[in-house]
Amino acid sequence: MSLEVNDLRVHYRTLKGDVRALDGVSFDVADGEIVGLAGESGCGKTTLGKSLIRLDGRMRHVGGTVALDGEELPIGDDRAMNKRRFKDVSIIPQYSMSAMNPTRRIGRMIADLLGSRGIAYRDLKRELVQRLELVGLPEKVLDNYPIELSGGMKQRMVMVISTLLDPSLLIADEVTSALDVSNQKAVAETLVRFRDMGFVKSMIVVTHDLSLVYQIADTIMVMYAGRIVEKASAETIVKAPQHPYTKALISALPEVGLEYGDRKLKSIPGKPPQLLNPPTGCRFRARCPLAGDECAEQPPLVGIDRGHEAACWKLEESNARA
Amino acid sequence: MGRYFRRKLLIYGVTFVIAVTINFAIPRMMPGDPIARMLAQNKVSNVESAARMHAYYNDLFGLDVPLWQQYLNYWGALFQGDLGVSLFAFPSPVSSVVLDALPYTLGLLLPAILLSWFVGNGLGAIAARSKWLDNTALPVSYLLTAVPYMWLAILLAWVGGVILGWFPVAGGYSFSFSGPQFSWNFIVDALHHWFLPFLSLFLVALGGWAIGMRNLVIYELESDYSNYMQTLGAPRRLVRRYAFRNAMLPQISGLALQLGVVVGGALVTEVVFAYPGLGSLVLDAIQNQDFFLLQGILLFIVIGVLVFNFLADVVYVLVDPRTRLGLEGGAS
Repeated sequence: MSLEVNDLRVHYRTLKGDVRALDGVSFDVADGEIVGLAGESGCGKTTLGKSLIRLDGRMRHVGGTVALDGEELPIGDDRAMNKRRFKDVSIIPQYSMSAMNPTRRIGRMIADLLGSRGIAYRDLKRELVQRLELVGLPEKVLDNYPIELSGGMKQRMVMVISTLLDPSLLIADEVTSALDVSNQKAVAETLVRFRDMGFVKSMIVVTHDLSLVYQIADTIMVMYAGRIVEKASAETIVKAPQHPYTKALISALPEVGLEYGDRKLKSIPGKPPQLLNPPTGCRFRARCPLAGDECAEQPPLVGIDRGHEAACWKLEESNARA
Repeated sequence: MGRYFRRKLLIYGVTFVIAVTINFAIPRMMPGDPIARMLAQNKVSNVESAARMHAYYNDLFGLDVPLWQQYLNYWGALFQGDLGVSLFAFPSPVSSVVLDALPYTLGLLLPAILLSWFVGNGLGAIAARSKWLDNTALPVSYLLTAVPYMWLAILLAWVGGVILGWFPVAGGYSFSFSGPQFSWNFIVDALHHWFLPFLSLFLVALGGWAIGMRNLVIYELESDYSNYMQTLGAPRRLVRRYAFRNAMLPQISGLALQLGVVVGGALVTEVVFAYPGLGSLVLDAIQNQDFFLLQGILLFIVIGVLVFNFLADVVYVLVDPRTRLGLEGGAS
């Protein structure tokens, strides 16, 4: 097992109280696995991604453990975590377009970053140039300032920087949201290639774009209101989802080859709940067409099939209706 | 980049021409005849001799030709370094009167501007990361920057000069010296006189820089590139170095903008301390209705502000790659 997350709880401190963005999240990521993490905005996807590498000032590690390659990740301890960042865990941030210092040549910035880890830029230069070629960037971008690159080039540059030290776990946070469709595909393919070439051992791809993650992920986890509601192979999530929320998400996607005409795509009524005072029991209850009395109690994540888990009391009923 | 500097130089050139023109026009558009006033002050009652003196002075000051020719003559004289003759310090030429005062003003201004900029930026950057300093230095900075120049000058003169008696409150040097000279005694004495006016300019400017820098550094530390560096485990020192460097950029252009204000402040401060620089000279010129001297001083101030602004432009282009590229019409 590459990554083991056990009952992780991370809260945001606000003046009104703690916002429970991650409320008991457990999952594993195997070596070489690409896990897609999907869900609506505000369900805790990005929080989960950030928790695994760097909690920002408002985030607090409340409970649970994270282990990477059998060794515990001290996610609540910023100082201890620093040694593991970049080398063991790395991230391609949501904001790749502005992730590089605008007043430093890119090569200089990489040299500064490596230098601070006691690694000589010279030693890695060859590898760096090879990887740049791999993503279609010429060596001379290292002499450029970030503003001289297009959005897609910056995105690829950040991908190369983030994976330069061959981290064991890579978190790709909404890496395609700011790109056009052809760039999206290129980036997605690059992520897979990085895994295949061993630049990263395993990967968590955070996205709200299920159709994109379906193409690259081995496994998809669906989150709702700070919890994982379903986890299964990409194929299963898209073709045979079990949880009512996953079903609703999938049916909100247009399908290639189908004529929609006047028919509207189904959207999910309502909004995700506030996580300041989350509702008890199943958090999807208020929007769920199947909700019943038993849903007042929190459903556990139970195995349905090999590698397929879902958290819902009504799984059988849900299947009967499908 | 050459195109950029050519354009900048053109803009500064145009500004200069306009400033000189205004400088030329203002005294001439003012009501009254300076020569008549001069003669009246000297109580020339004989009509005939008054008329002859009027003609003589009109000729001397070049006021007996049409306005457009006066304007051309003015430019012509300007290029020969001839700013006319001072009425107040007659018959010394304006240029020598101004040049005598200039070292005092520069000696006040340059250290005050540069030191306050360096110290203020350093203080602000440290305040941005120390809660204790932020809670003490920031209110003090707000107070300092809100204080009017002359008020602080008067306060310092009163405390440092009258109550403590550590510093002289007026003049550029002691009266025991007949004039500026090059000796250790004189230099020490001049520094002694220089300190309070310098301190008041320094303190007022300091607060503004510190506040600006603190906010800029905090902003930079919250920015995406700082976050990315920290996420990749970069040490605090590196992140702060980057943030500081980038926060300096707006401060450099801010320096250019502040120059005009600081020059104004220096004039007022010099008047308070009766410091023999351009500020006191302006006061003398106005009180004696010495338009030629006033013109000359304003011209020097305009040149000074333009030169410093141009320098700030050059520095900015050198330190920020984004301006460099944008100006070459390169990639956006």
